Amino acid sequence: MAENRAWKEISKGIIKENPTLRLVLGTCPTLAVTTSLESAIGMGLAASVVLICSNIVISALRKLIPSKVRIPAYIVIIAGFVTMVQMIVKAYLPDLDKSLGVYLPLIVVNCIILGRAEAFAGKNSVFYSALDGIGMGIGFTCALILMGGIRELLGSGSIYGFNVLPQIGSLSPMTIFILAPGGFFVFGILIALTNKVADKKGKPKAEIKECCNCPMADTCSMKTEEEVAK
Amino acid sequence: MKVAFSLLLTAILTNNFILSKFLGICPFLGVSKKLNTAVGMSGAVIFVMVLATAVTYPINLFLVKKDMEYLQTIVFILVIAALVQLVEIVMKKYMVTLYNALGIYLPLITTNCAVLGVVLLNIQEGYNFWQSIVYSLGGGLGFMLAMVMFAGVREKLEGCDIPKSLQGLPITLIAASLVSMSFLGFAGLVDNIFA
Repeated sequence: MAENRAWKEISKGIIKENPTLRLVLGTCPTLAVTTSLESAIGMGLAASVVLICSNIVISALRKLIPSKVRIPAYIVIIAGFVTMVQMIVKAYLPDLDKSLGVYLPLIVVNCIILGRAEAFAGKNSVFYSALDGIGMGIGFTCALILMGGIRELLGSGSIYGFNVLPQIGSLSPMTIFILAPGGFFVFGILIALTNKVADKKGKPKAEIKECCNCPMADTCSMKTEEEVAK
Repeated sequence: MKVAFSLLLTAILTNNFILSKFLGICPFLGVSKKLNTAVGMSGAVIFVMVLATAVTYPINLFLVKKDMEYLQTIVFILVIAALVQLVEIVMKKYMVTLYNALGIYLPLITTNCAVLGVVLLNIQEGYNFWQSIVYSLGGGLGFMLAMVMFAGVREKLEGCDIPKSLQGLPITLIAASLVSMSFLGFAGLVDNIFA
C-alpha cells in the first residue's frame, strides 16, 4: 500500500499531471530557455533541485508556519534555495549561468514550485512531498528537453551542440524556431498533441482558466470578484 | 533624452517583455480574454514595475556597498511582496477609484516574473536610476501593448471554427506566435533611428 502510493506520487508528475504540458505551470522558463537542449536541461535540473529541497523544507515546517503568512514564508524558503543553486551554477557552470541569465534567479517566481508548495507540500508528509518534488521535477525537465530538442533541431540543425542536419546547397535551418515565435508555436503544438492523447483517454484538456492554475488563486481577490458576479 | 527615448522604444517594441523576453506569460495567457481586464492588469503591472524599480535601486546600492550581492534575489522578492501589500492597503484607504480599477490585480502581481525580471535586468544591464525607471516604464508599456493587442486577437478567435484538439490554449499559443513574429519586424528599428 505504502509502496503503491510512493510510486503514484512520483509517476503522476511525469505524465498524468505533467506540470508544463498538463497543468500549464511555469510557462515563462519553458518558452524562454528552450532555445537549446543544453540550457533546457540546465534549467530543468536547477528548477528540480529547488523544487525538491523546498518541498522537503516546507512540508517539514508545515505545522509551524501560520496559514495566514504561509505564502511569504514559502517564498522566502524558495528564494533561499534559488540563491544557493544560483551560487553553485555561477561557481561551477559559468557557461550555463550565462545562457540562463536572468531566468535563473527567476526560478523564485516559477509557479510550479510555489504551486506544489501550496497544493502538496503544505499538506503532506516530508517523504511524500520529496517524492512529489522528484516526480514533478522529472516531468518539468522532460517537457523542457522535448521543447529544447525540437527547437534546437529545427532552429539550428543540431542536437546538444552537435550538427546533425547535413548542409544541402543553400538550405539552412529555420532560425525562427530558436527565436521567440518558434517557442510559442512549438509549445502550442505540443499542448495540442497532449490534448489529443488526453482526449482519447477521456481526460480533460490542458487549459488556463483565468487564474485557477495560479498559486495565489486562494488569496487573490480576483476570484472573489468573480464569485460575487455569479 | 536621446538615451531615455531609445531605452523606452527598445523596451516597448524590440525587446517586448512578453513577446520576446517571455516574462509575464501567465497573465498574458490567463487574463487577456477581455479588453478591460487586460487594461486593468497591465495598468497595475506598470505601476508596480516602476515603483519596485524605484525602491530596489537604493537597496541594491546598499547591498553592493556591503558586499552582499548574493542576497539580491531573496531581498528583491520580499521587497516586491511587501510593497504590493502596502500599495494595496494604502490604495484601499486613500485612493478608492484607483483601487477599484487596479486593486484586484495587485495580489496577482507578487509572483509575476515581469516585475522581478525588470528589477534584475536593470541591475544586469548596469542602468543608472533614471535609466532604470525609464526601462521599467517601457517594459510596462510594452506589456500593456502586447496584452491589449492580444485581447483583440482572442476576441476574434472566439467565433472561429478550430479543430478540436487545437481549441483553447494551443490556438492561443499559435496566435501568440504570430503576434510575436510581427514584433520581430521591429528588430533594428531603434538602432537605425538613433544611429
